Amino acid sequence: MSWLLEPFRFEFLQKALMGCILIGFTNGYLSTFIVLRRNALLADGLAHALLPGLAVSAIFFGLNPFGLFLGALLAALLVVLGGKMISHNSRLKDDTSIGALYIFAFALGILLLKYSAVRIDLTHFLFGNVLGLSNMDLWLTYGISFTIVLSLTVLQRHLLLVIFDPTVARSLGIRVAWLDYLLIGLMVMAMISSLQAVGVVLSLGLLILPAATLYLLSDSYPTMIWGGALLGTTGAILGLLVSYWIDVPSGPSIVMVLSFFFLLAYLFGPKYGLVRKILKSSHLHEESLRRWKK
Amino acid sequence: MSNHRLIVKNLTVSYDRVPALHHIDLELSCGHCIGLLGPNGAGKTTLIRALANLIDKESGSIELKGHFESKLSPRISYLPQRSAVDWDFPITVRGMVEMGRFPELGAWKSFSAHDRSVVQEALSVTKLLALADRQINALSGGQQQRAFLARAWAQEAEVYLLDEPFAALDANAQSELQVLLHEMVRLGKLIVVSHHDLKSVPELFDRVILLNGELIASGTLAEAFTSENIARTYSVPAFTGEPR
Repeated sequence: MSWLLEPFRFEFLQKALMGCILIGFTNGYLSTFIVLRRNALLADGLAHALLPGLAVSAIFFGLNPFGLFLGALLAALLVVLGGKMISHNSRLKDDTSIGALYIFAFALGILLLKYSAVRIDLTHFLFGNVLGLSNMDLWLTYGISFTIVLSLTVLQRHLLLVIFDPTVARSLGIRVAWLDYLLIGLMVMAMISSLQAVGVVLSLGLLILPAATLYLLSDSYPTMIWGGALLGTTGAILGLLVSYWIDVPSGPSIVMVLSFFFLLAYLFGPKYGLVRKILKSSHLHEESLRRWKK
Repeated sequence: MSNHRLIVKNLTVSYDRVPALHHIDLELSCGHCIGLLGPNGAGKTTLIRALANLIDKESGSIELKGHFESKLSPRISYLPQRSAVDWDFPITVRGMVEMGRFPELGAWKSFSAHDRSVVQEALSVTKLLALADRQINALSGGQQQRAFLARAWAQEAEVYLLDEPFAALDANAQSELQVLLHEMVRLGKLIVVSHHDLKSVPELFDRVILLNGELIASGTLAEAFTSENIARTYSVPAFTGEPR
């Protein structure tokens, strides 16, 4: 057991562990709502859209986590609202208009980072470094995790109604559009909290892979929600340990661990796994052949 | 017999300022199965969506009169088209019916014995008890329709609004749904069904509403479902408010 705990003698690794637990749990918990609402691609867009906000806030406030938080939030909201506005006023649909805007925002972000007063390595934003978590980063992560888990718990029933049956939810007087925007807001906050640990692009892994994996394994949404949170936490901790043991960056390592679980579920899931599907279909075929021969 | 009444006064609904329904006055009492008839574009779906609070009213009011123990659950329930929901959602039939309790329970209240018994009753009325623990993606089209009705029942709805429920159901499922709707009517519910097949009207409904942009007739089959009214509903272009 000591070899497992050995890395955590170091303070920076204790902080990293705390950060991984928080973001793993929160992102995993949120991921069920994103996967069931089919917002995975929107999340991808948002992750890229954060970049210009980060760049602008780095130009004005340096690397202050709260400045970065506000900049990223603002940039993501501008892209989503702008995309919705374009689709509302033209024949383009949401996916195209938001897709067009986020890639514009991403390019703008890369250009703007050139003008930042503090020299910022682009790879830091893109891929993060959980070992560099400061106390302030951790406080921000605490705050965001608390907000997200609390909002999702309070609004869980309404959110499920909206996700399962938006028309009926609307006829029940639930403000569907409002809840959709809230979900997008929570998504952006989750991305920002995992920014420091896994970076803008890889934050998507924590937001999608846990629920995607559980969706292949489970037929119950409470299992998906809590299982997603547990898997997110486990994946983040394991990824951190792997990155320490074999000396690779933590972000990719966490995403690789989660992807590995996803692959296992996809192949060997007891009900919806690929292997089971292949075995099952041959079985049916043989049975029908037997009947036909009689 | 329940004495709940759905009262619609001077209802006008428009899309982009172009009216689709003009000055509808209706008084429907619970314990009836009402067919909503009219040609395409007559405003059948619009009326159903307006009653379900899904579109804004230009003018007029919709009111359900009667005595209710709780004001939390909406008593008017809308049954969506089957394609409107994601049947791969990870939930059992019972779980889906339990969702009907969510408006009453809000964020914090946990499931009580009363909630459980309402859900049980909903499953039993709709004959879904045997399927209660199945995943919803394993249901047939007719069973999906019944699951919607069960969820609305669990919501303790008095008024059920169905938009073309018989379309895309096979003959067996159609007659099962018909039996179920009549059973719900017997238990005092008000069922409003938009429908386009005139031949099956007498066996399905005990009252009709004939609609053609405006209200042509409403009442029992003998009063309203007359050949004269049918001709007036179907032979004239829909009333748009424009001078002809």
